[in-house]
Order: sequence, then C-alpha cells, then structure tokens
Amino acid sequence: MARWTAERKKKAWIKTLFSGYYILFIIFIFGPMFAMFVLSFQGRLAGTNFPMRSYGFYWWKKLIEPSVVGDMQGALLRSIILALIVMVITAVFSTMLGMAFRKKFVGSGLLFYMIMSGIMVPGILISLGLAMVLKVLGITPTWWFSALGVHVIWTLPFGFLIMMAVFNRFDHSLEEAARDMGASEWTVFKEVTLPLILPGVVAAGLFGFTLSYDEFARTTQVAGEFNTLPLDIYASFTQRIRPTIFALGTGSTIFSIMLIGLFVLVYTLIFRRK
Amino acid sequence: MDRPSPNFHPGLIGSAPQAPAPPKTGVGIIKRRRGTGVYVTWLVAPSTIWLILFLIVPLLSIIVFSFWQINDQNVMVPNFTLVNYAEYFHTEGFFDPSSDKFLTLSSNILTLWTTLRLTMEVMVICLLLAYPIAYFLAMQVKAFKWQLALFLMCMVPFWTSYLIRTVAWVPMLGRRGLVNKFLLWIGIVEKPLGFLLYSEFSLTLALVQLYVVLCIGPIFFSLAKIDNSILEAARDMGAKPYQIFREIILPLSLPGVAIGMIFIWVMIMGEFATAGLVGGGKMALVGNSIIDLMGTGQYPPASSIALMLMLTMMIGVFIILKLVDIRKQL
Repeated sequence: MARWTAERKKKAWIKTLFSGYYILFIIFIFGPMFAMFVLSFQGRLAGTNFPMRSYGFYWWKKLIEPSVVGDMQGALLRSIILALIVMVITAVFSTMLGMAFRKKFVGSGLLFYMIMSGIMVPGILISLGLAMVLKVLGITPTWWFSALGVHVIWTLPFGFLIMMAVFNRFDHSLEEAARDMGASEWTVFKEVTLPLILPGVVAAGLFGFTLSYDEFARTTQVAGEFNTLPLDIYASFTQRIRPTIFALGTGSTIFSIMLIGLFVLVYTLIFRRK
Repeated sequence: MDRPSPNFHPGLIGSAPQAPAPPKTGVGIIKRRRGTGVYVTWLVAPSTIWLILFLIVPLLSIIVFSFWQINDQNVMVPNFTLVNYAEYFHTEGFFDPSSDKFLTLSSNILTLWTTLRLTMEVMVICLLLAYPIAYFLAMQVKAFKWQLALFLMCMVPFWTSYLIRTVAWVPMLGRRGLVNKFLLWIGIVEKPLGFLLYSEFSLTLALVQLYVVLCIGPIFFSLAKIDNSILEAARDMGAKPYQIFREIILPLSLPGVAIGMIFIWVMIMGEFATAGLVGGGKMALVGNSIIDLMGTGQYPPASSIALMLMLTMMIGVFIILKLVDIRKQL
C-alpha cells in the first residue's frame, strides 16, 4: 500500500512538472504578442518600449484615419475579399478531392504528392517561379489572379487533409443504402453525403480563409500593383517601428482570434445538430 | 469515462480504427464500378489543373530560367548557358594567394551554409521544446475535451499573422526592452544587453517561436495513436517508465518527429522576412539573396540560387525519410 501511494505521488508530481512546462511554453508563444497588445494602448506621447508614457487610444485612431498609413483600408478589403474567394475554392476543391481519394485511382499517388508540395515548397520559390512565368508571357500579376492562384496552392493541402480525415470516418453504407433505394449520384451527395461531411467542409473553408488572410511569402512577388494586408504590414515594418504597428498587430490578431472563435462556434453548432 | 478505450483515437488527422467492413452485395459493387472512372476524373480535374498552373509550371520554370540570360535591356532571353551556375560557385581571387579571398567559398555557398546551420539549430531547439508538450498532451492529459482545448491553444498562433508575431519581439528584446528591464531588475546584468535584438540570437529565438507549433502537431498525433494496451502490457511485465519511453514510446513517435523535422526544414530554408525584421539584416539567408536579385530584375541568377536551395532541401528531406519510415504515420 505504501509503495502504491509513493508511486501515485510521483505520478502527480510529474504531471505538475509537465503542466508547469506547458504554461511556460504558452507564455513563450503568447508573451511577445501580449506585450505588443499592451503597448498599443498609448496616448500621443508614446514609445515602442516599456514603461508606457501615457495611456489612450491615439494610435488606434491613427489606424482608422486614412492617409497616415497609406492604403491600409484598401489592403484590408482586398485581403478579406481574396480570403473569401480562397475559402470557397478550398472548401469545394477539398471536398471533391476527398470524395475522389476514397478509392485508389490512376495517378492518385502522384496527385497526393502534388497537393502536399503546396506545404512543402517554400513560398518564395513558388512566388519567384510564377512571377517569372508571368513576366515572360507578358501577363501583369494581380491579387485576384496570380495571388489567388498561389494562395489556393497553400491552403488546399490543409483542406485536403481535413477532408481525408473526415472521409476516413465516414460510413459508406449510408450512401450505399440511398443508392439502393434508387437515388441518383447527385441526390446521394446532396441528401446524404454533404450533411454528414459539412463540419469538415466548413473547417476546410475557414482554414483556407485564415491561411490566405495571413499569407505573406507566396504573395510577395505576384500581388501586382495593389498590396494585400500582410504585404502592406511588411512595407510599414521596414520603414520604422511605431506604435501604429502595435495597434495594427493587435487589431489583426484579435480579428484572427475572433475567426477561430467563430470557427469553434460554427463547428459546435453544426456538430450539436446531429 | 475519462479513461480512453484501447481503441481511443483523437481523430483529427489519420485513420480512425476501422469497423469491420460490412459485407458488400454484388449489386452495389457493380453499380459503383460503372460510374467511377468518369466521376473521379471530374472530381480531380479542377484541382489538378490549378496545381499544374500555379505549382508545377512555376517550379519547372525555375529550372528552365536558371539557364537563361538577361540582355542589356534587362529582358530575359532564352538561352542554354551555365553562366548563372558558374557565377554561383565563383569567387574572385580563389586561386590567387595574395587575395584575401584565397580559397574562400563563394558568397552564395556561404549563405547557403549559414541558412543550413541556422535551420538545423532551430530544428533541434524546436524538437526539444515541442516533444515534452506533445507528450504531455497525448499521454498525461486524459480527458479528450482538455486534450483538444490545450492542443488548439498551442495552435492559435498558427492562425495569426506571422509578420506581427515576428515584430512583437522588438519591444521584448531591444536595449530598453522587457527582457533587458527584467534582467537589470533582478540584477543579473549591470548594463542592458545589446546582442538580444538584431542578432543571430533574436533571429533564432523568433524562428523557434514562429515554427515550434509545427512540430507539436505531428508528434502529438503519432503519440496519441500509440495503443494503450501495449504500454499496459509493458508495465505489467515490469518495465520501468524510462524503459517504456525508450523502447516503445520514442520509436513509435519517430514518424511524427520526422514530419515535424521536414516541416521546420523546408519552412526555414525558405525564410527571408524574419532575417530583416529581427535579425537586423546581419545574417543573409538564401531567401534574402533571391529577393534582392529579383528586386533588380536579375531573374536567371535568382533561379540558379533557388534551384540550389531546392536541391539542398530535397537532399535533406531524403535523408530524413531514409532515417525514419513515415509511411506508418500516413
């Protein structure tokens, strides 16, 4: 009995140790962002370091005023529109691929590796390659064409992996039953398959949205005349680091976290309905 | 209730334990087979075309354009020349004993080496930091709800802007930054440390913070897949905890470790923005060379550098895959 309690104590101690490490790790990941968050709430008299000299929303207001930070609003709008298009394409393509990959087909291995290279090939290389191809062909790069192209290459593997996982746990006999009762392929998809995989489709789409919204490396050379938000942010960083950037960073991070919140909400709502 | 069953699977990625397949009727099979060919073609065609246009063609074009040249008007002209590669390896005064560049490797190779060294440092640190987290989540947290919540907590930064996370280090590490303030306050240092920001230290730290979450996912999934009954069996036969770890858990988690390594490897080899933002431009990475050359329209030399980078990366991935069989994970 004594040995048992000693062992238990040791186990609890190890667990506490790991928990402590986890907390330290979370501080390491989020700490810098938190400092930035606090520093964004300064008054006109401000620095980029602690201690804070004054408090207020001065830099947040500056962010909303036009002219100060260039075309930030336009960039934000473009980024959101682009992310929405990427979201839809990612969701649709991933679903189609997920359905196709339920069975082996000619070239399925090759296609799998092609999709996965979207994560594996550094963004800068894709950006370089596409920029050169467009230059030689005499096509002007634009955010709604060339940037859209490379964004989907980046988001597709994530959506695809989600759909693969979804279809792995999918009960095919339900489709089989519908088919046996005479439903057409389209009816089977609409009435049986889609409702069951919908959480996965939504997840793939939202993943696509956030990844596209924050994408930077792939977009650098192929966005054309008008910047997306990350490109604009990068341009403002290379000038001088000012508290506006902290406000912008905080705003952008809050937006991303709200998206994750929305994602969790949508997911639980759809999940619960079943 | 909170102890997972032996068949327990967190089920985010990877195959769930399969139920025995229901007996198929002949009719069903025939029916499915008839439509399959055309149907699958239509399902994969849009993605395949997209991948060819925006992934395969750009990558192949890097190979092609690395043999091209630019003329006086700064226009790329088709050619088959090895000039760009000669330039890549060339050092002025390599064979001249009086030159200070005598027997020095070319700057491109040195940059590649710097990138390689930095990538490996970051990779090792990331693995050391991530493994205990993944182990904690998969082995010590028993309730699925908590497991998911704590895992997602780690993943949140992945969904926020990478640039902003990088710049957030500036108010932390600067001469008057939080870390220096803290060190002064507890009295470890007398003067603020200058090497914390715009140095190799800050670059390494920022890269670790940016990419460490990529290691947690794969390791977590491979650990979570380990069948509890194996561990129980080992325990019943009297294995000590460290023996269980070394003989069972570690080998079974290697595929996840390898995938994490590949992620870090390819991501950091192509890194460029952080080198300027927190590295202060002191360390030039291969990505920076490519961006600089592109800025001046020097596409063919940029392509040859890009191709050398790709080759190095592929060799790295090949070595990792030779060392660990990741097919178990997929």
